[in-house]
Amino acid sequence: MAKVIKAKINGILLRVPEGTTILEAAKQVQIKIPTLCKHPDLEPSASCGICIVKVKGSNKMLRACCTPLEEAMEVITHDPEIVEIRRTVIELILSNHPNDCLKCARNNNCELQKLTADFGINAESFPQFLRDIPKDISTNAVDLEPQKCILCGRCVHVCQNLQDVWALSFLERGIHTRISPAGDIQLADSPCVKCGQCSAHCPTGAIVEQDHTARVWEALQDTEKYCVVQIAPAVRASIGEAFGYTGRNFTKKLYALLRRLGFKAVFDTNFAADVTIMEEASEFEERLLKAEKPLPLITTCCPSWVDFMEKFHTDMIEHFSSCKSPHEILGVLSKTYYAQKNKIDPAKIVMVSIMPCTSKKYEISRSEEMFASGYQDIDIVLCTRELARMIKQAGIDFENLPEEEADSILGEYSGAGVIFGATGGVMEAALRTAHYFICGKDLKNVEFNQVRGLKGIKEAEIEIGAKKIRVAVAHGLSNVEFVLNKVRQAKRDNLALPYHFIEVMACPGGCIGGGGQPYMVTDELRIKRAQALYEDDASKQIRFSHQNPYIKRLYEEFLEKPLSQKSHQLLHTRYKARPTYRK
Amino acid sequence: MERHTLLTDEVKQLVERWKDKEGNLIMILHEIQNHHGYVPRQVALDVSALLDIPLARIYEVLTFYNYFKLSAPGKHRISVCMGTACYLKGAPELIKEIKNILHIEEGQTTKDGNFQLNVVRCLGCCGLAPVMMIDDKVYGKVRKQDIMDILSSYVKE
Repeated sequence: MAKVIKAKINGILLRVPEGTTILEAAKQVQIKIPTLCKHPDLEPSASCGICIVKVKGSNKMLRACCTPLEEAMEVITHDPEIVEIRRTVIELILSNHPNDCLKCARNNNCELQKLTADFGINAESFPQFLRDIPKDISTNAVDLEPQKCILCGRCVHVCQNLQDVWALSFLERGIHTRISPAGDIQLADSPCVKCGQCSAHCPTGAIVEQDHTARVWEALQDTEKYCVVQIAPAVRASIGEAFGYTGRNFTKKLYALLRRLGFKAVFDTNFAADVTIMEEASEFEERLLKAEKPLPLITTCCPSWVDFMEKFHTDMIEHFSSCKSPHEILGVLSKTYYAQKNKIDPAKIVMVSIMPCTSKKYEISRSEEMFASGYQDIDIVLCTRELARMIKQAGIDFENLPEEEADSILGEYSGAGVIFGATGGVMEAALRTAHYFICGKDLKNVEFNQVRGLKGIKEAEIEIGAKKIRVAVAHGLSNVEFVLNKVRQAKRDNLALPYHFIEVMACPGGCIGGGGQPYMVTDELRIKRAQALYEDDASKQIRFSHQNPYIKRLYEEFLEKPLSQKSHQLLHTRYKARPTYRK
Repeated sequence: MERHTLLTDEVKQLVERWKDKEGNLIMILHEIQNHHGYVPRQVALDVSALLDIPLARIYEVLTFYNYFKLSAPGKHRISVCMGTACYLKGAPELIKEIKNILHIEEGQTTKDGNFQLNVVRCLGCCGLAPVMMIDDKVYGKVRKQDIMDILSSYVKE
């Protein structure tokens, strides 16, 4: 047990465990100290200076984000002088920040703008000094606009520490300090894996998703086109946040909404998640029983993880599931199976994916296998934040929309399909079906609590028949190395494999914490979003992918069986080593 | 982590020598800077691969310290003093003239690699203000109209 500290904040006595920062402690007595550089996911960097407070007996201002409360400390968080200093800090930041809020992607959703409003700053207090640093739109997924950067350091910490990618860094010093891709090159030439966590953590408009809503509007207007759409598991649990609801599942309102926007058919990525499980569980069964290809099998639903592996862990390529990610599978099925069945010219189909993810924008053209239908399988990817904007532009009263169903059959899913959106979900869904494939009977208890939750690395041993299957689930790319090194060491020393099956998701929390999700995510919110998906699963009558009757039909009518020649041609892909630095 | 780059023997040896010492990155970069007069990108990539330090970190260091340069130095180094005395005696005019003639900014090297322009603080001969140096030769009481002749003498060589 940590020692308990007794201290006073604004005259109110409180007790907190030793080590609690003033910022955290203040929340206990209903005081919100303003912050800008501090994000709950990250260690304090103490760079902005907004959170300064006074301590009785000291004439120094202290930063609440990184100062632990001490025994008998008397802290003052707000007085006219403190407020004035905070105002000056904001004014100084604004003197280096363009004031084109009206034309900014973060307008009305910007932490700096909000503080400026809160402090009633309505005039330019210092002359503006703006630096002329060009925009970087090279990745087609995440746009960098260093001129809007306030040097808080969140993106750099996220990229280097949380994600271990090291695509972003600070360059130069003093007034010349700027954020830049590694070694001053374009982001697309850097190690960037397009996870977009930088954009999800940026307090301003310096890093944003590349907006593709105009492309969607254009396609919807085009009478020659046949626009279809799919929504990813994680989107349904977070879109409500744009309208003030947290942890609510809006699946059926989303179906209705997308039809109102003008899509001719509304599909669900969860259906394709069930297909992924059929293929991946079959791959696992093959590797386990036939041993032609090595174990462990590693999941590949996450394009940032695939990109990361192709740059940093190429020795693991043989362990990668060749199965495409669910939205790519749905894309190719819409332009082959669906098009044939409904006699639609696949050339006219525009497939739009609504994803929690910026990396999916990159994935749709990552290799030739993404054109398996003979066309680009996915035409446009929007992330959750972009969809929220489209809903508002369309003037649709989202909250009061009646619920509708998705279009059959690419919209029908099992409980296993929906949990893909949370870390551990793919593993859990795959184990449910792998158990059936290997033992010939279904599990009684379908929930694997060992692989749920936000622990960075989750390990479990699961019995499938007589075999004990060891699995690992990692999320947040900085957790990958530990898991892979265990595999490498076992291979080198000829030891028993530490794992048979590994799931990796690049973003903390999995897709529900994706880089394209609504802003200001915290672990608390990640848990709520995941909970919404697990509740959807629990409410489903069918909780196994292989029991989904529409999946059975798809295989009967079109694919024959998992890992068939047709499956391989349409649903599988290849990997190759890619240069970490292209310049 | 694995990174694939071409390794030069020279960098390999250098890294080998410093490998187990603390703070080795700065020392290695120093030696490279001293040897080449700058840190070539390919060498930075090699160091990154050999030490398993991301390129982002290496460039953070390279751009933080003034000592390190990222581009090859010019054959002749022009240093114009902007100390107080030189400043008052017209150094800004001299810099402007040099920039006009050579089409380069401070810290840059001409396209032909012949000249590099640096702005420095006191050169220790304020009595001769404004002062500039080209390589090791000091020019005192320089007037704007002298610049062309001085620079030309380095082109003929």
